[in-house]
Amino acid sequence: MDNLQSYLIISTILFSLGLFGVMTRRNGVAVLMGIELILNAASLNFVAFNRFGGMRELDGQVFGIFIIVLAAAEAAVALAIIINLFKNHETVNIDSADQMKG
Amino acid sequence: MSNFSSIAFYLPELLLVLTILAVIVVDLIPGLKRFNWIIALAGIIFTGILLYGDYGVSESLYMGTIAADPFAHYFKWIFLIAGFFTILVSRHTHSLRDADLPEYNALLLIVVFGLFLMASATNLVTVYLGIETVSLPSYILAGILKNDRKSNEASLKYVIFGAFSSGLMIYGFSWLYGLTGSMSLSGIQQGLAGVQEPLALYMAILLVLAGFGYKISMVPFHFWTPDVYEGSPTPVTGFLSVAPKAAGFAVLMRFFYSVFTTGSMTPVAGVDWLTLIALLSAVTMTFGNLIALQQDNVKRMLAFSSIAHAGYMLMALSILSPDAIRAVMIYLTMYLFMNMGAFFMVIFAENQLDAHTVEDWKGLGRKAPFLGALTVILMMSLTGLPPSAGFVGKLYLFAVVIAGKKFYWLAIVGVLNSVVSLFYYFRIVKAMWLFNPADTKPVKAGGVITLSILLFTIPALLLGIYWTPIINLIDKSIGF
Repeated sequence: MDNLQSYLIISTILFSLGLFGVMTRRNGVAVLMGIELILNAASLNFVAFNRFGGMRELDGQVFGIFIIVLAAAEAAVALAIIINLFKNHETVNIDSADQMKG
Repeated sequence: MSNFSSIAFYLPELLLVLTILAVIVVDLIPGLKRFNWIIALAGIIFTGILLYGDYGVSESLYMGTIAADPFAHYFKWIFLIAGFFTILVSRHTHSLRDADLPEYNALLLIVVFGLFLMASATNLVTVYLGIETVSLPSYILAGILKNDRKSNEASLKYVIFGAFSSGLMIYGFSWLYGLTGSMSLSGIQQGLAGVQEPLALYMAILLVLAGFGYKISMVPFHFWTPDVYEGSPTPVTGFLSVAPKAAGFAVLMRFFYSVFTTGSMTPVAGVDWLTLIALLSAVTMTFGNLIALQQDNVKRMLAFSSIAHAGYMLMALSILSPDAIRAVMIYLTMYLFMNMGAFFMVIFAENQLDAHTVEDWKGLGRKAPFLGALTVILMMSLTGLPPSAGFVGKLYLFAVVIAGKKFYWLAIVGVLNSVVSLFYYFRIVKAMWLFNPADTKPVKAGGVITLSILLFTIPALLLGIYWTPIINLIDKSIGF
């Protein structure tokens, strides 16, 4: 199990699950969870490539930390916006925001 | 260059950060709260002075993660001009309440800082950081009118599409890193020369294009554009339609020309992304123009028109040559003036008449003849009629496509699209001038708004008659 391929398979599964979540869920928080899965897939990829790619520097792992930090910042902003949506619409269903069309 | 000696070339950005902090701190001191916008504007002016001092510098800073080169330098001017006038005009926009303005100014300055980073990033980490530093405050700016349902909806759609496409992009980055083992753009370029898996590379290119395409609102990553542009406060819309789009093109050009292009100007490893860009360009401009035809809301119409403009600029990027970069930079300069000018006019109409649709604009030319005349020039320029800046910009784009000898059909699609765009831009002109309003009482705009519209209309006309200085400046700014 301790080889690059297994990590890449796991990250691909994570990515696909995230993509599926973003596409199908209508709950704002669940969509955010899907996006987090995509980011985690990328993070896992970076770390795995760094570990098994024979690279001397740790830049892939550092990028993993960057992704975690920015994902947290993004989640903070997105959740604040979803709270605001809840205040205005009494629901977190993103389809309820349909004032503008066309 | 080492971290310490890089600081000497990073002063404009550092001053911008200081200004951001000053704006936030001043907001907490009751007596000084009112002067907050002056600090923001002064910060931008002094950043401009420091930036002017950096003219002609070409250095690689912070261990090769950031470049201070003429290419980035040119784009930084676009961001500063856009940021300056957005802060200036926002104070005179009725829909933005005064109470929110300190945070608003600070957020706008953070976006400008992020744009600087985007334009000068030469490493996967800095590209990602730059894009996120632009995106996160933009989400908040779009939704700054907390109790306004449209503004709220705009920020919701922006954050979901934005986070999603930056997720796709970062996944693409991880594959590029895996294929080459390098984080710097030049290192990736060298690593990709011997790549054995074109399929993995193709996927990486698609995913990276998704991230950048979202920033420049390229079809099929444009879904957020109309709603965000319509729902956001108008100064924010004007800013978002110009500055992040310019930065998106800067990072797209730097990335694709240095990572996915070999030293001898051919696509890397035989992956023909040029045809892909040509197709996307044709779809983007056709879609933008056709949907814009059916819009009644002026802001929404300008949103679709900005999608179409992104399509025109992508057209040049389907040809691999330094001329393509030059043409896009010229067009972005013209676009800065004509598009922001048009949005200032929208602010004026909203302020004085609460006008949102083309119907509401009827007779506006009779009520405010001077601003009405300026709007005609701006619309001419957006359409690309001579003698206006938009015409010169389009001329260079088409020249690149035709000189490339590869996509003649694309040039034809582009010309047809320009003709279509004439219809909806001149619908606004027609509404303004060919209808007699019920009351012909003159409508006066505030001095700042009038001056801003005038200052953006003059270049939109002048650069169509005499554009040599801009070309000379851009010719010195192409190298990266």
